[in-house]
Amino acid sequence: MTTLVYVPGDAGALSLGAGEVARGIAEEAARRRAAVKVVRNGSRGAYWLEPLIEVLTPRGRLAYGPVTTADVAGLFEADFLNGGSHALSLGATEAIPWLKGQQRLTFERVGIIDPTSVADYVKHGGYQGLTRALSMEPAAIVQEITTSGLRGRGGAAFPTGIKWKTVLDQPAGQKYVTCNADEGDSGTFSDRMLMEGDPLALIEGMTIAGVAVGATQGYIYLRAEYPHALRALRTAIAAAHQARYLGSDVAGAGKRFDLEVRVGAGAYICGEETSMLESLEGRRGEVRVRPPLPAVKGLFGQPTIVNNVVTLASVPWILQHGAQAYANFGMGKSRGTLPIQLAGNIRRGGLVERAFGLTLRELLYDYGGGTATGKPIRAVQVGGPLGAYIPASQFDTAVDYEALAGIGAMLGHGGIVVFDDSVDMARMARYAMEFCAIESCGKCTPCRIGSTRGVEVIDRILAGVDGERNVRLLEELCETMVQGSLCGLGGMAPFPVQSALRHFREDFRGRVK
Amino acid sequence: METLPPAESAVVQRIASDLKGRPGPLLEVLHAIQAALGYVPGAAVPIVAEVLNLSRAEVHGVVTFYHYFRRSRPGAHTVSLCQAEACQSMGAAALAAHARRRLGIDFHQTSPDGRFSLEPIYCLGNCACSPAVMIDGRLYGRVTPERFDALVADGAPSP
Repeated sequence: MTTLVYVPGDAGALSLGAGEVARGIAEEAARRRAAVKVVRNGSRGAYWLEPLIEVLTPRGRLAYGPVTTADVAGLFEADFLNGGSHALSLGATEAIPWLKGQQRLTFERVGIIDPTSVADYVKHGGYQGLTRALSMEPAAIVQEITTSGLRGRGGAAFPTGIKWKTVLDQPAGQKYVTCNADEGDSGTFSDRMLMEGDPLALIEGMTIAGVAVGATQGYIYLRAEYPHALRALRTAIAAAHQARYLGSDVAGAGKRFDLEVRVGAGAYICGEETSMLESLEGRRGEVRVRPPLPAVKGLFGQPTIVNNVVTLASVPWILQHGAQAYANFGMGKSRGTLPIQLAGNIRRGGLVERAFGLTLRELLYDYGGGTATGKPIRAVQVGGPLGAYIPASQFDTAVDYEALAGIGAMLGHGGIVVFDDSVDMARMARYAMEFCAIESCGKCTPCRIGSTRGVEVIDRILAGVDGERNVRLLEELCETMVQGSLCGLGGMAPFPVQSALRHFREDFRGRVK
Repeated sequence: METLPPAESAVVQRIASDLKGRPGPLLEVLHAIQAALGYVPGAAVPIVAEVLNLSRAEVHGVVTFYHYFRRSRPGAHTVSLCQAEACQSMGAAALAAHARRRLGIDFHQTSPDGRFSLEPIYCLGNCACSPAVMIDGRLYGRVTPERFDALVADGAPSP
């Protein structure tokens, strides 16, 4: 009898040696003439336990981690293939407390299935959402998404159903579904994990979107920094074609939907939707002035859905289980779940999918266990490089779009970067401006020039030159950028600067002579 | 402007011709050129412009807009160090200083022996395993200076 051993092929797990571990297990099994099949699943998201391997036993899937190649022979000695006890035993994977309390809807299959297998995907509930969608009128599908309360998970949090309705209401003709997979925010990796661990969920979500609005062509705009995700997507798209879930006759329902991955080229700004469309068309990623909205005039001038990976990958669950089931999770106007990413200086980092409403404190301490360095947490940045820095006094804020906006912060794509008390917040403020200067598309003046001037002003503050006056100047500059920039890059890059000034002014004042 | 050896010129010509029928082909063409030659030579610009019926300025504008496209030949190994916030919180700046010393080059430079190019990168999506490094498309997490030395000593071992 062949024993199934799961060793993640996820890029993060590979970065910690999962590739060598997988090879080591296969070699050791061959040496011992043990019948073992190694499945390269996605990551469960508990990166503090990666490489986390699992064995399928009559008692379910049992986990061991973090495993290095040096542990492999010992695991065989301990008879791990039959769930034998070992120093790295973690028990049943589902029972690991860090994972057990999570509410995994969008990530329900990530880390569980073989991401290259349509059969495994279908066995775990895949394509039930599409099957239901194909039995519905397009307007009913869109209504289902609206009722679910799903909002754009890329950061803007715009109601997905309204966007889809706008595209549906455009006259028939060539329409597009585009997926923004340009996950450039530091501290975020949920899109990457999903694309590597359950790419068919994204493919199914885009197919449903195409059926709903009458689009026959989809594009996934993937950042160049994600070569592992590119391979996973291309493999999954080919498999979906082979199984006739893509192509001229989707699931035998007589509708066409084709899908192609396009690779970006290292420009953060291309995560902005109009810039992404420019880039897909083969041009410089300079933002477009809106209106017209992409839903009316988007890719190649045609009506276009632009949604983030997690947004689209949530669609199959909603169609499968119904809008109300999804809306039953969450709080206020933030319905459903959010895959939150604990990153940076954190002891137990990784992906936590939970309904909206838990607090930063629960995430940072109950899940995260405090900092990796063991020092106190001084600040967290939520929502990527354009997100505000939040001090410990505000850690009781709930993870909810409106609650975070209420303290002058933003949830963005759900990444939380943790800093210990060695952080220099004036330096982090300088970095925010520097990053904006590096990544500005150059189209509007407040962003292009403002960010460079911002770096210079902070440099003068850091050098102790005319501190009070330069701090005031910096505040005014931030205001100009917020009010005057064309898109979110220049318009939000001041948020980390302003929040650093507001909550950590001593880091600036110390330099004032 | 540099001139391309005829073989490379033919590669550029073929890539542009093969892909010109695709919707919005320019980025695809540049990716394919960089995959084939390691960079996008300046002399490739007029060839691409001619085949795709674009102006040289348009092609040059796209090549220079995107950080990923190289305009000079890279070293045998490209080492990218994440410099974004999550990695900063775990000592990315100190690792970068170490890498500069170890390789004897700054960011955007190639070592005189042609072995390494060193590049900053803004997020590799490995933020729970910071600091992160990518070498020739392979990702490494929780990279200490010692581990960095081992990685570059091997050139680029398989993960």
